[in-house]
Amino acid sequence: MNTYGFFLTNIWLILLIPLLSFIIVGLFIGPKNKKLAGIFATTSIFVCAALAYGATFEYLSLFPLGAEHPVIVPWSVQWMPYLENLTATLGIMVDPLSLLLMMIITTVSSMVHLYSIGYMHGDPGYSRFFTVLNLFTLSMLGLVVAPNILQMFVFWELVGASSFFLIGFYYTKASAVAASKKAFIVTRFADLGFLLGILILSYEAYHLFSLEAFAHLSSYNAFDFNFLNHPEVINALSTADGALLTFALVLLFIGAAGKSAMFPLHIWLPDAMEGPTPVSALIHAATMVVAGVYLVGRLFPLFGSSEVALNVVTYVGAFTCVFAAVIACTQNDIKRVLAFSTLSQLGYMMLSLGVASPLHKLGYLASNFHLMTHAFFKALLFLGAGSIIHAVHSNDIWQMGGLRKKLPVTHITFLMATIAIAGIPPFSGFYSKDEILAAALVNNPIVFIIGLFVAALTAFYMFRIYFLSFCGEAKSDGAKQAKESSISMLIPLIFLSVLSVVSGWFPFEKFFLSEALVHNTPSWLPIVASGSGLLGVLLAYLFYFKKTTYANSVKNGFGPLHTVIQNKFYIDAVYLFVVHKIIFRFIAAPIAWIDRHIVDATMDKTAYVTKESGLVLKKIQTGNIHTYTMMFLLGGLVLFLLLLGVGF
Amino acid sequence: MLSIIQEPGLTYWLLLSTVLFSIGLYGFFTRTNAIGILISVELMLNAAAISFVSFNNFAVTGDLDGQIMTMFIIAVAAAEVVIGMAIFIQIFSKQRHLNVTKMNELSR
Repeated sequence: MNTYGFFLTNIWLILLIPLLSFIIVGLFIGPKNKKLAGIFATTSIFVCAALAYGATFEYLSLFPLGAEHPVIVPWSVQWMPYLENLTATLGIMVDPLSLLLMMIITTVSSMVHLYSIGYMHGDPGYSRFFTVLNLFTLSMLGLVVAPNILQMFVFWELVGASSFFLIGFYYTKASAVAASKKAFIVTRFADLGFLLGILILSYEAYHLFSLEAFAHLSSYNAFDFNFLNHPEVINALSTADGALLTFALVLLFIGAAGKSAMFPLHIWLPDAMEGPTPVSALIHAATMVVAGVYLVGRLFPLFGSSEVALNVVTYVGAFTCVFAAVIACTQNDIKRVLAFSTLSQLGYMMLSLGVASPLHKLGYLASNFHLMTHAFFKALLFLGAGSIIHAVHSNDIWQMGGLRKKLPVTHITFLMATIAIAGIPPFSGFYSKDEILAAALVNNPIVFIIGLFVAALTAFYMFRIYFLSFCGEAKSDGAKQAKESSISMLIPLIFLSVLSVVSGWFPFEKFFLSEALVHNTPSWLPIVASGSGLLGVLLAYLFYFKKTTYANSVKNGFGPLHTVIQNKFYIDAVYLFVVHKIIFRFIAAPIAWIDRHIVDATMDKTAYVTKESGLVLKKIQTGNIHTYTMMFLLGGLVLFLLLLGVGF
Repeated sequence: MLSIIQEPGLTYWLLLSTVLFSIGLYGFFTRTNAIGILISVELMLNAAAISFVSFNNFAVTGDLDGQIMTMFIIAVAAAEVVIGMAIFIQIFSKQRHLNVTKMNELSR
């Protein structure tokens, strides 16, 4: 079976290299030589990128485009053997989905590493930054190549931990510390759902092995995606107890929603912008937050068997999509706009998965397509925003303006990414959004209308920040004195801007599916889709470029509603209320009372009684040896007399 | 051998043992010096040893249990003296006295 070439045979290098680099940079190079630490970490990720592309080419030469694309596991070792058929392996699973994610992660990560060499220059935590960035890349790769759900969970937690380290990177800032804790706690809460989902699912799947009909599958493990996604297993699980399967899938989706920041677990993502901007680009835009989408996509055949679970995915996605887009229109911090935009686009991917079905795979395909294009243009937007912030020293879009001439490269690349996310052809975002809308139109017209509305909103808020920051007059001293960033920051911008254009032309359908999809999309769809994007651009142009008073009159027209939206619908306040007023007062306070007055008091009283009785009893211990012997003698005498009375 | 001086019987040996034991007991309670107490203890042990051999000689025939027990007593007494003296030296080097009535610091 060893017919694989170099890249697939040695695919484990893709995990080993970042691991070694993480250890070497963190322990040996980092403390001594900062400059080398950055270069070393960056180089190792570039090597990983080469491995990922090499593996993809090899996979495609074995199984060409348009042919059947089997799932292969070129490398695996036994990791946690619980029982026969209940053994977790540590391995690498290769199929189009994992290859796609590997390429996205290594590409964006290497670009972000390169960018950080310039962006983080002179920071006291320079080598710590690269160490954790390497750890993150390792964990994220481990997550997407996982052949079983348990390995995925372990790396899932590791990405959460590295995200925690990086959000709280500026740990002397109280807001950064609070944001990192918030992100950690919210996602951990969601991970509880994920873990429970794993338990239920693997318990159910494990019991299938005792059936006669599954004897031919006995080489699989209950945790394996291959087993869980096997048509016979899906059939058996959904006929045995469909409700339980749906429950498990919804629990898994809660985990996915936490990581992908779906409503109502989205609150951590906007705050996560406290981390350095390259981190926002890599973790909170391009890679980690799509892990939830990836999880649903990975178990898609299983999700497809439960209509309820798919509906949950659809409506949570659709709601997050429109909810975040509306908020994004009112924010003034450039990174927050991008963060809400990320939320909205993640909702787009989720709703796209939700409207797909095993028979109609277009939504599944479109979701992964959008995942890829979004990773490139959103990483680019964040890196561009980082370049602007670096030059202007402010996050506020009203402090910018007129940067078109001062930051020419940033301007062009940012504009390309903005067009891409607005969904205007022939930029990449158009193709993926078009497919999502096509999938939604066939299956769920309501979701289609939401999608169309959000497409217009997206174009509007993105061009809002574009016009405000790059056009018009410089509105602050920072913006007047802005200078273009260094070359190591510009190369990633240029490279990613090329990708944001061309990634839409990738032969995605053939890469993922063997059979051709039936396209029964009406011919007006691309026109409507790009038209809604153009409408948003036009509105932004009228409001923020022409300097008309429309923006203010619309803002005043909405009045209180605008305030509500600007405050993110007070979701954070609701959470604070629930936590402080309900959880703290009605759950935490009684528990604290019990702890103090019952648990602690038992211990305290025991100690008190022991001490007091000791004080009394110590009087017997005179320390006088003669008293002791007298007592001993008297005791002996009494004993003697007693024995005399009894026996003699 | 003069006939006035009789071969002493069991009673006399037990009498000797009792006298010795009583002297030891008296010394034990009246002495305040740790070494004096140790000597008194030795006296009582030897009194017990005498009664063991006496009973072995007069009351039992063809058995050596009493004598063996005496051997044990001698061995134990020797070991006890070694440990006791070692402790006393330590106490003396710390406190410059061996008065047992003053060794009651833990009760304070």
